[in-house]
Amino acid sequence: MSGAEDATTRTPPAADAATPRPRWQVILVRPETVTFLFLIVATIGASWLSPFFADVRYILESFTFYFEFAIVALILTMVIISGEIDLSAASMMALSASLFGVAYQAGLGIPGAMAVSLLSGVLMGAFNGFLVINMKLPSIIVTIGTLTLFRGLAQVIAGDKSIGKFPAWFIGIDYRFVFDVPIPVIVFLIVSLILGIFLGTSAIGRQIYQIGTSPIAARHAGIRVNRIKYGLFIAMGLVSSIAGLLAASRLASVRYDLATGGELQMVLIVMLGGTYIFGGRGTILGTFLAAWLLVVIATGMTVANIPINAQLTVLGLLLIVSIIATNAIHVRTQR
Amino acid sequence: METATTSSAGETVISARGISKQFAGIEVLRDVDLDFRAGEIHALVGENGAGKSTFAKILSGVHRPTRGTLALRGELVEVPNPLTAQRLGITLIHQEPVSFPDLSVAENLVLGRDQGSVLGRVPWAKITRDARESMDQLGINIKVNVPMRGLSIADQQMVEIARALASDSRLIIMDEPTAPLTPIEVETLFKIVRRLRDEGRTIIFISHRLEEVRALCDRITVFRDGNLVHTGDVAAVDDEEIIRLMIGRSLKEYIHKRRTEIGEVALEVKDLCLPGLFSDISFEVRKGEIVGLAGLVGAGRTDVARAIFGITPAHSGTIAVNGKDIGVAEPTEAIALGLAFVPEDRAAAGIFQSLSVEHNITAAVPGRIAPRGFIRHALERALANEAVQKMRIRLASLRQPIGELSGGNQQKSILARWLLTDPSVLIMDEPTRGIDVGVKSEFYDMIGELAESGRAILLISSELPELLALCDRILVMSEGRLTADLSRAEATQENVMREAVPKSGVHSPTVAA
Repeated sequence: MSGAEDATTRTPPAADAATPRPRWQVILVRPETVTFLFLIVATIGASWLSPFFADVRYILESFTFYFEFAIVALILTMVIISGEIDLSAASMMALSASLFGVAYQAGLGIPGAMAVSLLSGVLMGAFNGFLVINMKLPSIIVTIGTLTLFRGLAQVIAGDKSIGKFPAWFIGIDYRFVFDVPIPVIVFLIVSLILGIFLGTSAIGRQIYQIGTSPIAARHAGIRVNRIKYGLFIAMGLVSSIAGLLAASRLASVRYDLATGGELQMVLIVMLGGTYIFGGRGTILGTFLAAWLLVVIATGMTVANIPINAQLTVLGLLLIVSIIATNAIHVRTQR
Repeated sequence: METATTSSAGETVISARGISKQFAGIEVLRDVDLDFRAGEIHALVGENGAGKSTFAKILSGVHRPTRGTLALRGELVEVPNPLTAQRLGITLIHQEPVSFPDLSVAENLVLGRDQGSVLGRVPWAKITRDARESMDQLGINIKVNVPMRGLSIADQQMVEIARALASDSRLIIMDEPTAPLTPIEVETLFKIVRRLRDEGRTIIFISHRLEEVRALCDRITVFRDGNLVHTGDVAAVDDEEIIRLMIGRSLKEYIHKRRTEIGEVALEVKDLCLPGLFSDISFEVRKGEIVGLAGLVGAGRTDVARAIFGITPAHSGTIAVNGKDIGVAEPTEAIALGLAFVPEDRAAAGIFQSLSVEHNITAAVPGRIAPRGFIRHALERALANEAVQKMRIRLASLRQPIGELSGGNQQKSILARWLLTDPSVLIMDEPTRGIDVGVKSEFYDMIGELAESGRAILLISSELPELLALCDRILVMSEGRLTADLSRAEATQENVMREAVPKSGVHSPTVAA
């Protein structure tokens, strides 16, 4: 690089000589580090509030209530990193689960009804993708629209009654264990691991970050921005329908109001995990840790007999604090 | 027009002392001392990034200086924002007029002026009457109740000038006002500017065009690399000398002496049309050839480049690379065919600001860093390292965010990105804009070397000397059409400019879709 010296001596002594950040600092400003610290503090706090809490089995079982949202939050993390958002996931869960129930009642059998449900998830995701990508509309508005639309359709299709009477083998996934660990926990671990590896090490994972950092620069670099975003929206639909089926199994019935308000919990998990709301940054590990953090806080408050309305206040504050924290970190590291 | 203060010609109106400005630790302006007199037209010249616009923005309150003081008629003043500047009688007229396109001409004229109380009624009749008066004073015929959107760039500029007069500005700064104008419009502008001078006002005229400076200005100040290198009467220096002052060396040193074998046609464009932006564009670029694309701002050069690369594809026409007809609808496809494109807007379309230099360099070659879909870090590191060495990119670490590098090193990283794709056709849109002079000459050498290695190069630049020095041929665009194809022998500054200025006399505003 010596040749550059004489050519550039007249340029101001400058920014190109900036020293790289020390490694400890790089690790410390990783947003999921904050999530991890929160998790430890919350766990200690909860055990201190109630002796019943420090029971691993109890925590694992509590997790099965949040599991469906947590698994959707993993894909939502990737959507937000790509610079978009999808608020319609909980409604997609409800509509796909309602279709599942109706199809089962119509005599399609569980496998057929599951296929209908998964297909509907893909179609709903594609519909969101079509509006955002082809119609060039902002995803936040589109998915608020489809949030209402899908929930409404679920009500039209399933009516106001619960649909149940599923075969015994289908229901109660949260009460099945492998080596004492509930199946939902195992599923969440495996899906997190796969998505973590995909987002962190695949070429497409890299491109998702690049799209979120600058969609225009990404397009100029030959990255298939639209195709990847389409893929993410469809993945959202698919994972939502899977989550809908898991909820159906856990609840042993479906109703149009399944998972109402769940989109906010999903966003809360993603934000708690340190994903940057404006895209380009975030990790699956962060979301994974945040899912546990949410469980620890919520169940911790329950065992400590904190009333449910106070719990909402705490969660709301938590969301705001986490957004401020990640924002501060990202602004700092971007100078 | 009643003037609050009358300045006799020659008296110093505003003086700058030790003005310096830093952006993100980079000093873009160093210790500038400069006096402006009443009743003079003062030219500020210099290459892009030399500091002349930054200086103008400091005078007009857009930027605050890092160090230094401003004095207005001997009194120290602070100019923290444009509104204060306007109250002090200083107005900056931007190259692309910044107005509110949906408001009427009259409304735009009164912007920023006190209009009575917050809840008071808007005195529409008075506003309209005043606006009409200002227009009459300038001797121009613009309807004041139509929205700004419908006006030509020239007329919009006139409205800005009228606005400056309405607030009785004593110092009017014009940042490259003639760039988008036709010759007739330029004449009108000059007439008005001379009249303003004769009224005792000071006009600062920022321009690239020496012939305009010569025709209009009394004194000239040359900036280079953030330093003021010369101030004096225009008549006292010749063009050669001004150019030497601007670039710090004689232009002739840049001229490329290489003799490359020019090979077969690498890029052939036929009858390319995109309504509203350009039409009937046909040309070819051969292997080893550097073809320049000259024209004024808004002539459609960038749009043609973007169409070829598939960012905003043309509606009709054909593009062939290495003899193969292709339909490019996406940059991804263009890259696969051997095209590469260095965009004009480096910050938005080139770099991923907050991502590492390494990830920026390898962004266009996922297949090379991730042969089976998963990234192999050793492979990526090696590719990036090699590129950094080859392009002599100055950085602290490959993991550093690219936004921390200087403009020149960012641009080298973008070029490095494209070289990894081994393109046969390289399109560069203003590749040396905002780059230090020293690094610029490195770029010129690199562009030459790229052509020598058998690549076809299409070079878009607004700096004519750059095109004249580097190119084997120069294509000229004007108003969305190709108007000339000049060989190196035919290409002179005058010939190119003659073809570049619009002939129709009507400015066709390029409306962004």
